[in-house]
Amino acid sequence: MKVSIFITCLSDTFYPRTGIAMVKVLEHLGCEVDFPQAQTCCGQPMYNNGFHDESRELAKRMIQVFENSDHVVTPSGSCAAMVRDYYPELFHGDHAWEHDARKFADKTYEFIEYLVKVLKVDLTQLGAKWKGKATYHYSCHLRGIGITNEAEQIIRQIDGLEYVPLEKSEQCCGFGGTFAMKYPDISGTMVRDKVACIAATGAQTVISNDAGCTMNISGSCRREGAGVAFKSLAEIIAESLGLMERHDDYLHPAGQKPRTAIAGCGPIKT
Amino acid sequence: MNPASLPKSPPPEPKDVHVLPGPTDGSAFTGAAMGQGNITEIHDTNPLDVTLPYHMQPRVEKATHDAQLQQFVNSATLSKDRARKRICLEAFGDNYNRMRELGGRIKQHTLDHLDYYLEQFVTNAAAAGAKVHFAETTDEANGICLDIARKCGAKLCVKSKSMVTEEMHLLPKLESIGVETVETDLGEFILQLDKDAPSHIVQPMIHKDRAATARAFTRELHVEYTEDPGKLCQIARNLLRNKYRQADMGICGGNFLIADTGTVVICTNEGNGRLCTSAPRVLVAFVGIEKLVPSLEHLGVLLKLLARSATGQPLTVYNHFMTGPRRPDEHDGPEEMHIILVDNGRVKTLKEETREMLRCIRCGACLNTCPVYRKIGGHAYGSVYSGPIGAILTPMLKGLGNYPDLPHASSLCGACYEACPVKINIPKFLIQLRRDQIKQKITRWPDRLIYRVWAATLRNSLTYRLGGWMQKWMFRLQARGNGSLGRAGSDPYASRGWLSDAPGPVKSWTRERDMPTPPARSFRQWWDEHEKDKKSKEA
Ligand code: SF4
Repeated sequence: MKVSIFITCLSDTFYPRTGIAMVKVLEHLGCEVDFPQAQTCCGQPMYNNGFHDESRELAKRMIQVFENSDHVVTPSGSCAAMVRDYYPELFHGDHAWEHDARKFADKTYEFIEYLVKVLKVDLTQLGAKWKGKATYHYSCHLRGIGITNEAEQIIRQIDGLEYVPLEKSEQCCGFGGTFAMKYPDISGTMVRDKVACIAATGAQTVISNDAGCTMNISGSCRREGAGVAFKSLAEIIAESLGLMERHDDYLHPAGQKPRTAIAGCGPIKT
Repeated sequence: MNPASLPKSPPPEPKDVHVLPGPTDGSAFTGAAMGQGNITEIHDTNPLDVTLPYHMQPRVEKATHDAQLQQFVNSATLSKDRARKRICLEAFGDNYNRMRELGGRIKQHTLDHLDYYLEQFVTNAAAAGAKVHFAETTDEANGICLDIARKCGAKLCVKSKSMVTEEMHLLPKLESIGVETVETDLGEFILQLDKDAPSHIVQPMIHKDRAATARAFTRELHVEYTEDPGKLCQIARNLLRNKYRQADMGICGGNFLIADTGTVVICTNEGNGRLCTSAPRVLVAFVGIEKLVPSLEHLGVLLKLLARSATGQPLTVYNHFMTGPRRPDEHDGPEEMHIILVDNGRVKTLKEETREMLRCIRCGACLNTCPVYRKIGGHAYGSVYSGPIGAILTPMLKGLGNYPDLPHASSLCGACYEACPVKINIPKFLIQLRRDQIKQKITRWPDRLIYRVWAATLRNSLTYRLGGWMQKWMFRLQARGNGSLGRAGSDPYASRGWLSDAPGPVKSWTRERDMPTPPARSFRQWWDEHEKDKKSKEA
């Protein structure tokens, strides 16, 4: 299988290890991986903020860069959603581009989605082993592309990984691109809520597949003093298959609970 | 307003709104819960009377520092959200999305042919004996109502919950001509005592607790202090019963209007709506023109969706259908029935691009599921309609320039779209409004410039790389300064530093949380080596 990877701008600069893990896993599964160097950003920040002319230019660029690819795989639900949900809409009425945008949208997959739906991976067959207690953050943009529990399915296939589901897992962490900067107080309250839920699981590792969410939640965990490490699912898989050395980067001494009690927004028992 | 002024549509084809088989369950009623705590707030003015343009930051700041408000709103919305999901899955199973699709299609179809259905409704309501009025603006709507009140010599009016009358600020107007008006929905009754305003479209006093209620009762009704919900209810009930007996006018809203019968439908859980609309001599129903549905058959679908999405009930306890005033052979019901059809910005919103917003059946599901609403409550939206639907509808009804912040007060997480029983694509509209703000230059020029420059650097892989590289070194230099950068020798693709007090655009980020720096090396650098490795292995 020939796979072109779309390494989003955040992954490229902030979370390169996610991209590396993704390449290693795909190659391990027999895919022929290529990385079109001319790619930049999908234009989501511009699009979400209403700068549609600017984002159309970036979209055209992406469509051309991946013109000859069979499958495009990205480690970010949010960028996959941009391509899948909004590219065709951006070119609504412009037939030639709309057609190309749809073609691009149809061949673009989020990494986990690709593993589950296209490669139909079963990690138990591959002997995946990983030791530790982990929880998983469901990022909102997976909703847009129709992913529900695929990541959990994969996580549960890893031997030795003790998986603890997160409370209020469907609730946004408050990143939302520029939302976190435009409304820092709302976003701050939202992410502290998430930190409280993470702390309640007692997990040492948080699996988060969107670089934006990871920046936001890990930033808050660090500020609040929570002792957890953050990893993408690609990294966990690569580590569990022995393709990558394990790297646990605890934000604070492992297992430390957040210093501050988070008023009014802890997990609610019902 | 006159139905003739509506955009003309082709005659409707009812076949695109066919009905699916309904649900088969019958689950229990979930009553409204009252929280605990002690918020003291007596308002001099209605919290929803704001000066325009409305800037939400002061209220946002207040709400995000109000732990109790967050606790109340959080637990109430979470439990309703869970109830919605559970009951919708139980009832509709795999058909849930098809049900939402159908609900949306019914509403959309009606809106697409609103001129047709409105005329049909008016004809049928008039034939049943109701007097139908059209009001284009708030003043017109209130004016019509005051005229009716004057003509019938009303002294006391009982009113059931209606968001449109909140939109009209009707009560002070009635009071000003000497008509005492009593809110009879328990939540609204308490808010009226406390001079407060609703902060949720279904659970108006979601932001208040039992203690605040007890205080308001002691202060305003001079009863003995009690926090016992049963006793509080009894006090309200005794008082309201007398009001129903004495009232000469009743006011209600309308959840639905049925075109082919001329019927106004209201859905309540307390029975107060029924008393308001049948005990007094004169009834006035205020309804937005978007509330139309073609027929009873279509109503069935929407009633099932409404109650489940709003409170997790299979059906609201009282569904009251009113077709004209009392007939000669009937025992009760009003002698006069007036229906005021309200525009107030709706016709403008009916244009094709934004029409979908008017599908809203005011179930509140999007508020309950919205993480932003959970943190700031309803009053922060500065308008009657709060939460995600308020964030798109208010700027449409009241002018985008008047509510510049609302389209941005969302992380675009999409939970609202997923919850909406009539499938309004709220995130899409939020983005559309942001786009319109740029077009209309409501967005300030420095912001416009930043995005344009940002987009320009991304249009070329060289400037993109340069930008990434600069960002990395700026961040890492700062982190080196604060000593948080990883030790030499650790993984160059993973070790990072942290900023707690960054300057520039990241400043507001680091006010609330730390900011990670990029690691020393980027993915692209790794890829170059990986390629070399592969080539040398092949060679
Ligand atoms: S927008 Fe949808 S979810 Fe929100 S109140 Fe209206 S109908 Fe309910």
